[in-house]
Amino acid sequence: MKIRLLFFASLREQLGRSGEEVDLPSGVTTVAALREHLGQRGGAYGKAFGGKALIRAAVNQDMVQPSARIEAGDEVAFFPPVTGG
Amino acid sequence: MKVSIQQQDFDLNAEVRGISGGGKVGAVASFVGLVRDVPMTLEHYAGMTEREIGKIVGQASERWKLIDVTVIHRYGELKPADQIVLVAVASAHRGEAFAACEFIMDYLKTRAPFWKKEHRAGSAEWVEAKASDDTAAERWDPPGGRKTG
Repeated sequence: MKIRLLFFASLREQLGRSGEEVDLPSGVTTVAALREHLGQRGGAYGKAFGGKALIRAAVNQDMVQPSARIEAGDEVAFFPPVTGG
Repeated sequence: MKVSIQQQDFDLNAEVRGISGGGKVGAVASFVGLVRDVPMTLEHYAGMTEREIGKIVGQASERWKLIDVTVIHRYGELKPADQIVLVAVASAHRGEAFAACEFIMDYLKTRAPFWKKEHRAGSAEWVEAKASDDTAAERWDPPGGRKTG
């Protein structure tokens, strides 16, 4: 299943990119599973996603909980807690 | 309703006038947030930002009788004393205008996808989110209501 990933702020800098297309293995169907999957890549991804750091997620531009489901073609964004205003 | 995410500055008087017409407005409450102390860069998630703020304004309109709302949030490079954000709410009476303005600002702080990076001499650091901002937004939650993500 192909999805589009986006990264913002400190996460974008840590990973050295603002987004990528990924083809997910069949078991990865939730935001929590996707985070774990990305953490298993190791390196900068392991550091960013593997630990306990507070990361927010949005699916198709709606803020979601880790249990949210992901479907083919979705835009999934990961970012640190927001600091606007 | 107007939601604008923009690099350029805004004029409070013009924005307040913009939501004051029609003869039904008895109160306009406005809030302006400014850059304090340190120059910064504001990053945002284009598309989601407009959508999220639109949702917050929609929720405010369900809770209070509002006539019009304008929200402007800047992004890009900002320096001390620059204006960052404007929330202006027009209603028939001041109670609704004050409450809705504060509600929109509290939710914007915890839900709108913006990130500040502060530039100090020799270093640039992302601002950490504050637990007190979550607390400010949660006080509007109905009892047993869902927590923000």
